[in-house]
Amino acid sequence: MANSRRSFLTTSLGAAGALAASGLPFPRVSLGADDTIFVGLLCDQTGSYSADGEDLQKGYELAIEELNAGTGVMGKVLGGKKGVLGKKIVYKVADTETKAGPAVQRATEFITQDKATMITGGVSTSEVIAMEALAQQSKVLYMTGASGSNDTTGKNCQRYAFRSQCDAYMVSKALAPVLAKALGKKRRAIYLVPDYSYGHSLADSMKEFTEKEGWTTVAQVVAPFPTSDYSSYLTNIANANADTFVNIEFGNDGVASTKSAAQFGILKKMQLVVPNISTYFADGVGAEIMEGVYGTLPWSFRLQDRYPMAKLFIESFVKKYGIRPRWTAQIAYDQLAIWADAAYRAKSLAPADLIRVLEEGHPIELSLGKVYYRAGDHQQVRPVPVVLGKKPADMQGKDDFFSIVEVVPGEAVMQPLDLTTCKLPPV
Amino acid sequence: MDFHLIAAQLLNGVALGAILALVALGLTIVFGLLGFVNFAHGAIFTCGAYGGWVVYTKTGSFVIAIAAALATAFVIGVVIERLLIRMFYNRPPEDQILVTFGLAIVLVELVRALFTGQTQLLPTPSWGQGIVNVGGIFYPQYRLEVVGIVAVTLAAIYIIIYRTKIGLIVRAGIDDPLVVNLLGIDVKRTFLLVFAMGAALAGLAGIIDSPMLAVNPDMGTEVLAQSFVVIVIGGVGSFGGAIVGGLIAGELVSLTTLFAPDYSQVFLYVAMALVLILRPKGLFGVEGRA
Repeated sequence: MANSRRSFLTTSLGAAGALAASGLPFPRVSLGADDTIFVGLLCDQTGSYSADGEDLQKGYELAIEELNAGTGVMGKVLGGKKGVLGKKIVYKVADTETKAGPAVQRATEFITQDKATMITGGVSTSEVIAMEALAQQSKVLYMTGASGSNDTTGKNCQRYAFRSQCDAYMVSKALAPVLAKALGKKRRAIYLVPDYSYGHSLADSMKEFTEKEGWTTVAQVVAPFPTSDYSSYLTNIANANADTFVNIEFGNDGVASTKSAAQFGILKKMQLVVPNISTYFADGVGAEIMEGVYGTLPWSFRLQDRYPMAKLFIESFVKKYGIRPRWTAQIAYDQLAIWADAAYRAKSLAPADLIRVLEEGHPIELSLGKVYYRAGDHQQVRPVPVVLGKKPADMQGKDDFFSIVEVVPGEAVMQPLDLTTCKLPPV
Repeated sequence: MDFHLIAAQLLNGVALGAILALVALGLTIVFGLLGFVNFAHGAIFTCGAYGGWVVYTKTGSFVIAIAAALATAFVIGVVIERLLIRMFYNRPPEDQILVTFGLAIVLVELVRALFTGQTQLLPTPSWGQGIVNVGGIFYPQYRLEVVGIVAVTLAAIYIIIYRTKIGLIVRAGIDDPLVVNLLGIDVKRTFLLVFAMGAALAGLAGIIDSPMLAVNPDMGTEVLAQSFVVIVIGGVGSFGGAIVGGLIAGELVSLTTLFAPDYSQVFLYVAMALVLILRPKGLFGVEGRA
C-alpha cells in the first residue's frame, strides 16, 4: 500500500514536473479517453525480488517514453510513429510486494478502476501465474514480467498471457551440455530449491538434463520462500557428498544463500552453478564469489556486439538512468515493443485482436535478435545466453561480471509442445 | 539418521539462536523497560546495516562499519524519540504499532530513495572468513564470532541496566516517574536513552547480520517477524527470554531442516502458537506494563 502511494507520488510529481517544464499551468487540450491507452505496470518494489522489479520498472518507463515520442528502438521498430495507433500511453506503477496476493489485488484495481486492457509485469512465478489466471478471467492482455517456471506456459498457461523469459526447460537444455563440457560428465550435484513452482520446475529440468549428461543428483534441499538466514539448509549441503552446488534461489534469497554458502566453505569444496541468475545477484555476492560460476542470464549488455537493437536500447537506457540495463529491464522494454508492433499489425488494441496477431508468430527484431511467441503455449522463442563469471581483474566496469560462453538458439531448446501440458483456453 | 549431521544442526541451532536473540534484544528491552511496541525495529535494523555499509565502502574496515551502524541507529533512535515516539508512551499499544509501522515505511523508503533498491555488497570480514573444526564439525568462523559478539553485547546490556547507576535511574524512572522527577532527575532523558539504546542494538544486529543476508532496503521485514516470534516464545520484555527464545527458535529451525526443510518456518510459528495457548506470557514472561 505504501508503495503504491510512493509510485503515485512519483508519477504525480513527474507529471507536475512535466507540466512545469512545458511552461503551461494546465494542458491546453485535455486528452479525452479516446486519445490515451492505459497500461498497468506491476513491479516488485518491495520483497525478495525488488532489485529485479526496480530494473523491470525502468525498462517499462523508458519504453513508454520512447513509444510516446517515437524515438529509440521503439521509433525504429514502428517507423517513428508516436504513441500506439495514435493514442498516447498513460500508465501507473503498482508494487506487487513479491507476493501473489498483492499482485492480483493491484492488477484487479488496474482492470476495474483504470479500465486497463493491457497489464504487464511481475518477477516471481507465483505472482505471474496468479495474474495470468486473472487476465484470462478478465479478458485483459497480460505480458508477463520475469517468470522462469515451466508452469507459466505449461499447466498454468492462459490464452491472454505471453511470456518472454526463457523457461526452466530452455535454461536447463541450454546449460547442461556446456556444464558437462566444462566440468566433466561425472559430477555429483546437490540443489538448494525455493519451495514454489519456479524452484521445483527449474530443479526438475536441471536434474533431467544434467543426468542425461551423466551427472548424479545427490540430494535437493528445499527451503521455504522467502528465507533470510540459510544456515540450517546449508548445514545439510555442507555435509553432503557432492562436488557441485546448484543454487536455484533467486533475488535476495539467491544472494543471502550464496553469501552464507561461502561462509560454510561450500564454494571452496563445490563448483557453484546458478541456472537462472537474478539481475543484481553478482552485485550482492561480489566478483570474488562470481568468478568461475556457470549459469544463464536471459540477457546481458554483452550481447550488444551481436544484436544492433541491444546497442540502441543500452544507449537510451544509460542516457536516462546513468547505468546499464539488466535482463528484467530488457524483458520489460522489448515486450512493450512487441505489444505496440502487434497493435499496428492488428490495427486494434483489443486484447482478442492482439492475441490473434501475436499467435501468428511474426518474428520481430529486438535486443535478442529475432524473437516471436509460439502459438501453442505463448512461450517466446528466443536465444538463451550461457554465461561464466569473470575474474575480477578482467572486468571492464563494475557491472561486467560475466562473459558469454554460448548463445543457444531458442528453436534448439524449446520444450516440445506435447510435453508442456499447456491447454490454452479459448479467447 | 546421520549423527554427524544431527550434531552439525544442533551446533547451527545455537549459532542461529544467538543471531535471533541479538535481533530480538533491542525490541524486548524497549518493550520491557518502556512498555513500548516498536514496529520500526526492522527498519532501524536496515538503517544500521546501510550506515555500516556506506562506511565500509569508504574505509574497507568492518570494525569501523560496526561503529558506524551503532552510531547511525543511535542517532535515528534519538531523533525519532524526540520528535515522535515520546508522544506515544502513554497511548494504547495499537497507536504505538500504527505510528511505528508508518515510521518503518518512511525509513525504508528513505533508504530506497538514497541507495536504490539494488542489493549492495557487504562481504564477510577478513577476520571471519575461515572454517572452524568444532569436534569434527566444520562450521563458519564468522557465525561463531557472532555468538561471541552476542554474548559480549548481552553481558554489557545486563551490566548497564542492572549494575550501574544509570540503569538504576532507568528502572526507577520507569517504576515511578513522578518520584524520580521529584528527586531532580530528568526522567524524559532516561526514556530517550533506553529507546536510543534499543535502536542502537537493532543497528548492531543489522551490520552483524549483513554478511549473512542480502543487503537491501527490505532486509528488515523478515527480521521484524522473527524478533516477534523469538520474544513471544521467550516472554515479551524479558531479558533472559530473548536468549532462550532465540535458542529455541534456532534449534527448531535447524532440527526440522533435517527431516522437513520446507516446513521449518511453519514449525516456528506452531511453536509460537503453542506458547501463546499454554503460557500466554511466554516462557520467561512477566506481568505486562499495560
